[in-house]
Amino acid sequence: MSNAPALEIQGLSAKVADEDTAILKDLDLVLEPGQIHAIMGPNGSGKSTLGKVLSGHPSYQVTGGEVLYLGQSILDMEPDERALAGIFMAFQYPVEIPGVSIANFLRTAVQARLERGEELDLFDFQDQLLEAMELLEVEPSFAERPVNDGFSGGEKKRNEILQMAVLKPSLAIMDETDSGLDIDALQVVSKGVNTLHEQNPEMTILLITHYQRLLDYIKPDLVHVMVDGKIVRTGGPELALELEKQGYANWKVSS
Amino acid sequence: MPKSELVENLDLDNYKYGFVDSESHVYRTKPGLDESIVREISRHKEEPDWMLEFRLKALKVYESKPMPTWGGDLSDLEATLNEIYFYVKPQEQTERSWDDVPDNIKNTFERLGIPEAEQQALAGVGAQYESEMVYHSLKEEWASKGVIFDSIEDGLKNHPEIFKEHFGTIIPTADNKFSALNSAVWSGGSFVYIPKGVHLKTPLQAYFRVNQERMGQFERTLIIVEEGAQAHYIEGCTAPVYSTDSFHSGVIEIVVKKDARFRYTTIQNWSNNMYNLVTQRAVVQENATMEWLDGNLGSKLTMKYPSCYLTGKGAHGSIMSIAYAGSGQHQDTGGKVVHAAENTTSSIISKSISKEDGRSSYRGLCKVHEGATGSRSNVECDALLINNTSRTDTYPYIEVDEKRATVGHEATVSKVGDEQLFYLKNRGLSEEEAMALVVRGFIEPIAKELPLEYAVELNRLIELEMEGSVG
Repeated sequence: MSNAPALEIQGLSAKVADEDTAILKDLDLVLEPGQIHAIMGPNGSGKSTLGKVLSGHPSYQVTGGEVLYLGQSILDMEPDERALAGIFMAFQYPVEIPGVSIANFLRTAVQARLERGEELDLFDFQDQLLEAMELLEVEPSFAERPVNDGFSGGEKKRNEILQMAVLKPSLAIMDETDSGLDIDALQVVSKGVNTLHEQNPEMTILLITHYQRLLDYIKPDLVHVMVDGKIVRTGGPELALELEKQGYANWKVSS
Repeated sequence: MPKSELVENLDLDNYKYGFVDSESHVYRTKPGLDESIVREISRHKEEPDWMLEFRLKALKVYESKPMPTWGGDLSDLEATLNEIYFYVKPQEQTERSWDDVPDNIKNTFERLGIPEAEQQALAGVGAQYESEMVYHSLKEEWASKGVIFDSIEDGLKNHPEIFKEHFGTIIPTADNKFSALNSAVWSGGSFVYIPKGVHLKTPLQAYFRVNQERMGQFERTLIIVEEGAQAHYIEGCTAPVYSTDSFHSGVIEIVVKKDARFRYTTIQNWSNNMYNLVTQRAVVQENATMEWLDGNLGSKLTMKYPSCYLTGKGAHGSIMSIAYAGSGQHQDTGGKVVHAAENTTSSIISKSISKEDGRSSYRGLCKVHEGATGSRSNVECDALLINNTSRTDTYPYIEVDEKRATVGHEATVSKVGDEQLFYLKNRGLSEEEAMALVVRGFIEPIAKELPLEYAVELNRLIELEMEGSVG
């Protein structure tokens, strides 16, 4: 199992649960531990759906194929089981939880990762949280704010990476983390992700993005182009630059 | 786990106060109500004639008023009222020392955390068992400053002038059918007097327990807060679970004089066979502040709308309430504010949670009289529905007779969202933990206002039942 890829997607097909149209069509993808991959594609290509299917969103239904995480199938696992196994999704549109502070929420999430009966060491937790907040360049009072409630787009994205920093996943799926960010916030968020990856080189990252811009800051090992529910081309970082110049128009072929 | 199944696991309905104490009383009236029973009650209390007259008149008013049909379902109440005991006397007198309270009653209150509560920072503690206050005490520090914290009966006996001056003036007998009923058969409750300028640093607490099956409890509380004084009064209520219905109908009258400040906190956690029909009202004078903090967790049906009559310039009234309606429960709650002077301000914040076929209703009145210029009122009610079968309604009544006044009303209804649950599960929380966190967040603005032990209690009530979890 130690030789297993961090993520291995084999012939994955999926659709919205109560609709017929397939969104993911026989998709294959392999990420080795510690690798950073980017999936780029035009709107409607299914790249966000891939993120949701990987994290177990109930609105999507897998109709074929397999997803192996460290060699084990995760398709029958609940979203919380996947999370506890080390899979983390940074959301494109993080949800508001009014009245629940970030600190309280993260404490509950960290507690959930402990063995039953084991108590969270609050001082350790506080240190981790402060460290993460420093990394994301937010004030300590940030943790007392209710989760995403009244946050700007940039604050929401920082909050996602803050959670990632505290929860320390082994596989992070980042869905359009660059959208809605100005250049300063993009730099902070990217620096945060890079630092986390340096601290934990075994952490595998799947970046889902529309634009090349993010890849100026977070260097992927491989770039995949996704069109109409499948990967149509894979290459090095130069592929992203090519896309940036030429756009996606050339790829909209199969439909 | 399907959603319906996991909300079953929400521990909101786990009622831990449902135990029954062995029955004991020194006297009780026969079931039902007539004039002889009213006379019996008055005789047992050795009341002055004017009070007996007051009661008998109230009985007539009660009998003449129809059962209200505008709120919760009271169609079975008539039958219940024919079967219940209107007066049950648990012991001969109100004790000042906890040691003198009979053992069985003492045990009951000790199981409920009293008088541990007293040893914590409380200025005074009262405990009502069935129809009478069995215990009342006030710390010497406050007694020496002229604070009075007595049973209502002792208030009438020992402070007749101030009692008579205010009793029944804030909530007249004929205000509604149940204020009339209470006026006829009232028994127990507190008499509180805070002298001018005295600031009580810690709360007074009264605890109400009904043990007897088919019992009616009719406490009557009168609170006078003199000019510039400040205090906080807390009441808690519980009862055993019986298959028959019980009845609780209190009347709470409060005067908050010029520049004074008073807060009244209720955590009502009656068992689910209790009708809880309560009238609570404060008259708020110039630049004074009245705050109602109202938690309705238990009962079969609660109809309760704490009110502030803002009669002095610059008076402020605040009503914050949280209601939880589980299966078979209807919480018909809200608040009333009446602006009757210039520059008065008020705020009503009401939150409700309905689960399964539980129903919560917000019913509120905001009235601004002509001449109450510069007055402002804001009403905010938020309802959270746990299941598709849960129900919530909003009945806001707004009557503004003054152009130079500002009245705002905002109402929201939300469900615990699938996207919220997915987000939280994505961070490793189980669906139960996720649900509890969302609910806790919803009530947080009110929970944070509660005294610590009640906030803990409220949180305990919404904790999830986690199979096999320790503790």
